[in-house]
Amino acid sequence: MAMSQRQMAVIKTIVFILCLLPLARLVGFAMLDQLGANPLEFITRNTGDWTLYFLCATLAVTPIRKIAGWSWLLRLRRMLGLYAFFYASLHFLTFLWFDHFFDLAEMWADVLKRPFITVGFLAFVALLPLALTSTNGMIRRLGGKRWQLLHRLIYLIVPAGVLHYYWMKAGKHDLSQPLMFAVLVGVLLLMRVWWRWFASRNALSQGR
Amino acid sequence: QKLAASLNPAYALVEKKTAYKDATTYNNFYEFGTDKADPAVMAGSLKTRPWTVVIEGEVKKPVTLDLDSLLRLAPLEERIYRLRCVEGWSMVIPWIGYSLSHLLKKVEPTGNAKYVEFITLDDKKQMPGLRSPVLDWPYVEGLRMDEAMHPLALLTFGMYGEILPNQNGAPVRMSVPWKYGFKSAKSIVKIRLTKEQPRTAWNQSAPNEYGFYSNVNPQVDHPRWSQATERRIGEDGLFTRKRKTLMFNGYPEVASMYAGMDLKKFF
Repeated sequence: MAMSQRQMAVIKTIVFILCLLPLARLVGFAMLDQLGANPLEFITRNTGDWTLYFLCATLAVTPIRKIAGWSWLLRLRRMLGLYAFFYASLHFLTFLWFDHFFDLAEMWADVLKRPFITVGFLAFVALLPLALTSTNGMIRRLGGKRWQLLHRLIYLIVPAGVLHYYWMKAGKHDLSQPLMFAVLVGVLLLMRVWWRWFASRNALSQGR
Repeated sequence: QKLAASLNPAYALVEKKTAYKDATTYNNFYEFGTDKADPAVMAGSLKTRPWTVVIEGEVKKPVTLDLDSLLRLAPLEERIYRLRCVEGWSMVIPWIGYSLSHLLKKVEPTGNAKYVEFITLDDKKQMPGLRSPVLDWPYVEGLRMDEAMHPLALLTFGMYGEILPNQNGAPVRMSVPWKYGFKSAKSIVKIRLTKEQPRTAWNQSAPNEYGFYSNVNPQVDHPRWSQATERRIGEDGLFTRKRKTLMFNGYPEVASMYAGMDLKKFF
């Protein structure tokens, strides 16, 4: 299925707006006092959940594109990745502002003391270079190869994000949701391993 | 349903009470699901009458009491207590009940009674959360004998002038205000006096995180977070700093029970 420039612009606009809905919902809830008894917890979990959803969506682009043959999906990947970064930033800001009141020393102690926060923090920091090099100009300046190598960091970032969630829930023995993410991300990553293995085998047999 | 009780002025905390809605919709009661919104939605299936509580173990007069006999055992008092959850939030709740010591004296503990074990109902038909193995059911909690006899330890039947809502541990629960909330067993069906320290649910599941004593202590952090501060539900909003947690949750009268104990070791 090929898309015209115009169709693509429409799709991009729609997706852009859809991706803002979780934030709009959160703001709406806050204004209507619907964030429950513990608003901090609600906002933290909500922004964390959406970060994981967008990370998974970003990782799903390539497999879906290959299976369904929708090459145009690739043109949405940057937006999805940037939205993952956007919600991760809101998640981090919630932690820094509402949880620690910009007390950097206190926040840093928390990052070091609690492994689930350490790994979440590292994942967030690792997202920064990806977000900063997401522009066409940066791709050109880095060169496609190096850019691609850098952006493979995502294969570490997403499992780190899932581990962050898993460890957060582990103390309470409540693992059904983190396991769901682990399976989904595992499948999305294994598909890549499989394709790579398949491609290299084909290349070998063609060489013979 | 109203539950009559007169306020005990010795425990009339002058702090803003948590809104009834928050106290009844934000609950950790894993028998009805692990999300804090779950119990309010799911606990309708709990049948709180008829209800009996077995009191047995190291006692001269073991007894099984139904709810009405329990309610008549001592005059009901209203007491306003702080409730500090191990997760770092707190509430202020007007409970209704009487000191557990009234009940314990009635069954005459033997010289062997060193601990009191509280056992929560364990019925999959009424408690859907029991199907998931998040804890080794039934939920068990425990206190040392002197803690259980302390006047603050409240056998609780109501809150906010009414009988306990199901999600808050109806029809009878403990309120042990100087300890983290999970130490206060809910929907109690058995109270057993024992020689040995009871194998309590959270302590069994993660001994390095949840100690048997679990006294509120700002100096002893949970392995995964600080306990120095807390957020008062409904009061400390997003734009306020968390408040400092008080030693023994602000009940210094219990300190003498732990004199000479290393509270970092016996956390």
